[in-house]
Amino acid sequence: MNLWRAIVLAVLVATAPALLAGEIPPDAHRSGYSFMGPDTRAMQDDDTSNPGMLFVLDGEALWGKKTGGADKACADCHGDARSSMKGVAARYPAFDKALARPVTLDQRINLCRANHQQAAPLPYESRDILALSAFVAHQSRGVAITAGDDPQLKPFVEQGRNLFMQREGQLNLACTNCHDDNFEKRLAGSPITQAQPTGYPLYRLEWQTLGSLERRLRSCMTGVRAQAYDYGAPELTALELYLMARARGMPMETPAVRP
Amino acid sequence: MRPSCRQAHGAPPPPLAGEGWGEGVSARENPQEERALTRRYAATSPASGRGKSSPWPDLSSHIQSIVAAAITISIALAAGTRADELAPYKITGDGIADSLTGALGDAARGRALVLARTTTCILCHSGPFPETRFQGDLAPDLTGAGNRWTVSQLRLRLVDASRFNPDTIMPSYYRADGLVRVGRNFTGKPILSAAELEDIVAYLATLRD
Ligand code: HEC
Ligand code: HEC
Repeated sequence: MNLWRAIVLAVLVATAPALLAGEIPPDAHRSGYSFMGPDTRAMQDDDTSNPGMLFVLDGEALWGKKTGGADKACADCHGDARSSMKGVAARYPAFDKALARPVTLDQRINLCRANHQQAAPLPYESRDILALSAFVAHQSRGVAITAGDDPQLKPFVEQGRNLFMQREGQLNLACTNCHDDNFEKRLAGSPITQAQPTGYPLYRLEWQTLGSLERRLRSCMTGVRAQAYDYGAPELTALELYLMARARGMPMETPAVRP
Repeated sequence: MRPSCRQAHGAPPPPLAGEGWGEGVSARENPQEERALTRRYAATSPASGRGKSSPWPDLSSHIQSIVAAAITISIALAAGTRADELAPYKITGDGIADSLTGALGDAARGRALVLARTTTCILCHSGPFPETRFQGDLAPDLTGAGNRWTVSQLRLRLVDASRFNPDTIMPSYYRADGLVRVGRNFTGKPILSAAELEDIVAYLATLRD
């Protein structure tokens, strides 16, 4: 009996990725955009009304501004972002050889500041880091997501996936319970989306500002009354990586607008 | 765009909750409200598992606390209940026959609780609540729940819905163990106090078509 259970379990574990009923097939992927009302869509679509574009413009100015002990601007190393940064955000979080782990785009920007500009790191969710990452990610608008393809990232994608499947918090809910199994339903009146990370950093009407994907993930954790991971925690990076890998092939939208 | 106002129409929009979901299901603002609820209900029901001070006086000796723990555990095992701070309960068949507080709940308070964000019910459920548009549809409409279930079943469902469906997404409202990474403000506490749970059970029992 026990042997059989062990065998069944082993088979289940071995085939788990294929078996997990909840996961959404690629051709059914839908951006949070498609769950929004026409007004919010129009706000995202029109660059003159999209509040995220103000951050992109700020980011463009910061891109060209010399800073830090090295007195160098991002542009001094990377040149014209329109070509050098195109598609970059669609590959993040990316594996960093020196750190031997994935880093998010925000972390990459701060690594560049530390290593190449000799400047202090920009705090998470500060206007400048959001502006710079919005500017960089905006260069990938329309580019298909390929994050997670690097084989070195495999264990980290797996870690993120496990976190996505893990029930947590006082409400004992996992991300997958809502975002794989119940998208398009309503949670207290708000549509539940598929949690596709295509638009970050994005302008959220409820925040009345731009926010990072980490902020969004922390909000959902707070929502289930779990202890949210700290900004920069490896678990958040792993979740972000899993979400990006899960969204493989979807076009980037930065800066998106969400309710 | 969905208006995020959940107060009386025409009232100024509420302060933005910031973190959580659309309707400010934010744990950040929950603790306060939760304390308010606790005060309110703890006063009317001393049996409430929440807000009361520990039954054990400040223990100076370890032995005493170990003995205390041992007693708690053995009581829990003997009665097949969960202990630590929660009132003991006994599952018979597919329900819990006896009130967790020993008293009948108040259906009017129960209705208010079901509608309160802190209890989280209408995150998932809808029901006969014409006054709010912010109801969920992840779960069955509560209308008629009193026809479909006995009081005893309703009580067990709220205490631990996984007894009816092991994979349910409905949280266990009277449980404080076996959970992962519970937020600092919520650790060791059930979502509902015994008194709150009884009020809600009393209300659900009135939901007859
Ligand atoms: C009980 C339901 C529920 C759970 C559990 C949940 N979320 Fe969410 N999530 C939502 C809702 C509802 C929204 C939309 C919020 C809004 O815009 O008001 C959302 C939004 C998101 C978004 C934004 C998508 C976009 O289009 O920008 C991401 C990403 C996300 N969630 C990830 C997660 C992750 C990761 C977890 C687990 C740590 C999680 N969620 C757990 C309900 C949930
Ligand atoms: C995260 C989602 C969720 C929350 C929050 C939730 N429930 Fe449920 N509830 C469900 C689901 C799903 C079912 C359907 C049966 C099942 O899967 O367990 C259910 C079933 C029920 C039923 C039986 C429904 C019927 O008539 O057949 C009752 C009664 C009930 N819930 C009451 C409540 C109350 C009261 C609260 C709040 C104190 C609550 N639920 C909170 C998801 C939820």
